[in-house]
Amino acid sequence: MSGTDTREVDPVTGHDTTGHNWNGIKELNTPFPKLVIWILALAFLYSVVAWILLPAWPTGRDYTRGLLGLDQGTEAVTGFREIAAERQGWLDRFEAPDIAALQADTGLMRQAMPAARRLFDDNCAACHGTSGQGGPGFPVLADGYWLWSGDPAEIALTIRHGINANEESRIAEMPAFNWMSAAERAELAGYVATLPKGDADSDSPAAAIFSENCAACHGDGGTGGLGVGAPSLTDVSVLYGQDAATVLQTLTHGRHGVMPAWAGRLSEAEINLLALYVADLAETKGEVAK
Amino acid sequence: MAGTLSIPERQIALLLSGLLALLGLVMAAAARHGVMVVHGAMALGLGVVLIFIVGGALYDPAPPTDRMRRYYDAPTRFGIVMTLVWALIGMSAGVWVAALLYWPEATPLWPATSFGRLRPVHTTGIIFGFGGNALIATSFHVLQRTARARLADSVSPWVVLLGYNLFCAWAVTGYLMGSTQSKEYAEAEWYADLWLVVIWVTYFILYLRTLARRAEPHIYVANWYYLAFILVVAMLHIVNNLALPVRLTTAESFPIWAGVQDAMVQWWYGHNAVAFFLTSGFLGMLYYFLPVRSGRPIWSYRLSILSFWGITFFYIWVGSHHLHYTALPYWAQTLGMTFSVMLLVPSWASAGNAIATLNGAWHKVRDDATLRFMFVAAVFYGLSTFEGSFLAIRPVNSLSHYTDWTVGHVHSGTLGWVAMIIFGALYTLVPQLSGRETMASPRAVEWHFWLAVAGTLVYVVSMWNAGITQGLMWRTYQESGALSYSFLESVRAMAPYYLLRTIGGALFLTGMVICVWNCRATMRVAPGAATDHPLVAQPAE
Ligand code: HEC
Ligand code: HEC
Ligand code: HEM
Repeated sequence: MSGTDTREVDPVTGHDTTGHNWNGIKELNTPFPKLVIWILALAFLYSVVAWILLPAWPTGRDYTRGLLGLDQGTEAVTGFREIAAERQGWLDRFEAPDIAALQADTGLMRQAMPAARRLFDDNCAACHGTSGQGGPGFPVLADGYWLWSGDPAEIALTIRHGINANEESRIAEMPAFNWMSAAERAELAGYVATLPKGDADSDSPAAAIFSENCAACHGDGGTGGLGVGAPSLTDVSVLYGQDAATVLQTLTHGRHGVMPAWAGRLSEAEINLLALYVADLAETKGEVAK
Repeated sequence: MAGTLSIPERQIALLLSGLLALLGLVMAAAARHGVMVVHGAMALGLGVVLIFIVGGALYDPAPPTDRMRRYYDAPTRFGIVMTLVWALIGMSAGVWVAALLYWPEATPLWPATSFGRLRPVHTTGIIFGFGGNALIATSFHVLQRTARARLADSVSPWVVLLGYNLFCAWAVTGYLMGSTQSKEYAEAEWYADLWLVVIWVTYFILYLRTLARRAEPHIYVANWYYLAFILVVAMLHIVNNLALPVRLTTAESFPIWAGVQDAMVQWWYGHNAVAFFLTSGFLGMLYYFLPVRSGRPIWSYRLSILSFWGITFFYIWVGSHHLHYTALPYWAQTLGMTFSVMLLVPSWASAGNAIATLNGAWHKVRDDATLRFMFVAAVFYGLSTFEGSFLAIRPVNSLSHYTDWTVGHVHSGTLGWVAMIIFGALYTLVPQLSGRETMASPRAVEWHFWLAVAGTLVYVVSMWNAGITQGLMWRTYQESGALSYSFLESVRAMAPYYLLRTIGGALFLTGMVICVWNCRATMRVAPGAATDHPLVAQPAE
């Protein structure tokens, strides 16, 4: 503040100006507000306390550990263990080998189903839909039609190892029938499209091609081949679509849907819990139970 | 534009334009991948246009000899136009991506319209395009007025402005084509980064040279802030963008940083981009335009000095508060947290100093929407720094991190503080540079004010709610030890907030459109005729 003679007193605040003037801008020489100093001191005090209690300043290869001896790795692990311990009481019971028997324990199921729903939402809903309603390429789980089986233990197996996901997975291969003539494929597609309506002509040449090429997997008349993951072609439930055009696509290029394997990502108990949840979903929401 | 250059300056400008065209040609010819070819072509195009503009005026009569006794305002005018252009681009992109979060299935099949590509277009368009051009344009104005000196030469301001806008255009068109370096707020590829270094150094030198020519004995505090902005941004930009190009002919590169060091460097950059790009430079703007518009002296000279050094010293430490509960060592997080808390003091000192400056001018705040913009800016500056320091406390951050609360905080800073102070500065500058007393429509300014305030409040309040809801849903457990909500449920719970946010953004954008129309109407009154002001000290309005 090199004092020049241009200092003046501001009528509003009663403070001096500093005497500087930039294009009409002046500054008041208001003394430093004490409050600011106090608050700064307070903030500094807070910091010093934090530095004493928590890990804070690096000292070459090490750092000041802080009186509380906190470590974020340990904190995270203990926090996780605490929460996990709360679940252990009931969740552990789902490790039982005979999971179907657990269905009878209504008290346990009532406690577990909300948690199962979260698990389903977080891990499965992206593909199978929030209420298991499926979508093109992703099977409906909330109905009574199965690619494999509706038995909880079998469902658990599907979840654990997946489908077409790794060597241990279930294998489901719809081969491409591109070696057939285009005319044959079109005819066959038309036939398959009529199967769900129940008015397919079982004496037609297409029906003959079907029993020769398809029945091995899809069953006689296309009623489904549990065991190879081939869907029933006679029901209303579809995976990719059963209109003639989509069937033609399926026949020309084949299908190879992938359901990820969850072993390692979900615990054994969680997998069983989900299996029961899916079974329950099919029972409560499924229009037709087979 | 070229008419205001002296004959030797025109020759230099012509040479530089030629070099730019050549650079573009070489880039386009040598590059193997699409993006660099397009960017080369853009540089070539700009170079050729400049060659025509400058070349066409090469033999025009020399500018009046008294021009050295006048301020050089043409670059400021150009910078303001670019500010407005980028505001429209950036804010439209923002409203669009906000709408996509509410209607994700409405994403068109064209990749350039997707959320992933347009989000960086929004952030770069706003921070660098809108904010950066406003900072450069006002810095030229403030520097000349407070130094009572013309810009040191007439070519480098154009190099800075044109070069900077080329950088922004490269960055944004790159994202549209899917090209990004994947560092937030530093997505532009290596050659654009190098280009920006050249431009930024030119800017810094121009600023120092002009300051050295000043006729005032003292350097006004606004210049300290602008200088800190220029210097620190250069430092941050260079360190964070250190990378090895895969080939000199492709856009891709490898960053030299890896792992947690990379994260720390990124957020040291990221937070100081907030500090020195979005705060320091805008405080410079506030410290100039607030006293000019209110006709009041700065309330406390001493407080402004303390705030400057406090902000500059504390900010540099706090980047680690973006990495709480991560692989970053605990001690670095503690330091980031404590320095963030101490940072609140100089931040509030600045906000308080600004508000106290208005003592004795409250009637003007009531009547003048332009001054009200600045007042609201100071209030939001105070609010968002308080919020920032609060969020930086580790346990608080464990609730807010990864949620939309951060987004709410960001926009209380960028809409409430940065954009409002820009509007205040624009409405002061635009009439003055057009040789008018007021904006073409003072009523439109009033409309803009209320739309901007309403938009900001709707936006910020909905995001606070959204963020706190998300944070709580993610951490609530049932008695059985199972999570109470799935992630999906928390996503669904966002729908009303995302819709509100889109509405808030649309309000803000509407205000911006009015502002652009008003500025255009004001500037058209005296196209080109608005001569540069003489260097004499002018009384404040
Ligand atoms: C990435 C998508 C995806 C995810 C995630 C996913 N699935 Fe699947 N799932 C599939 C596909 C695809 C199939 C059908 C495979 C085929 O086409 O043969 C399938 C099949 C199944 C089946 C067999 C249905 C039947 O009719 O036999 C069950 C059961 C199942 N999934 C349960 C689950 C559960 C439980 C989860 C969550 C832990 C889950 N899925 C997650 C894609 C997914
Ligand atoms: C090797 C066993 C196998 C044979 C042979 C086979 N399929 Fe399949 N088919 C499958 C399997 C497995 C799937 C489920 C594929 C998936 O989901 O990835 C399937 C799926 C389909 C689907 C899709 C159903 C839907 O809901 O979208 C159609 C249609 C189909 N097969 C028709 C045929 C026809 C017609 C033939 C005879 C030309 C045939 N398949 C022969 C195994 C077979
Ligand atoms: C005292 C001053 C401030 C402090 C201590 C502060 C602190 C913080 C904190 C803790 C976060 C959240 C980090 C996370 O959880 O991910 C954050 C985010 C952010 N803040 Fe601030 N803030 C301050 C002022 C401001 C201002 C004034 C602005 C804007 C003008 C701003 C813009 C941002 C932005 C853009 C982000 C988002 C970064 C991202 O993309 O994750 N901040 N800030």
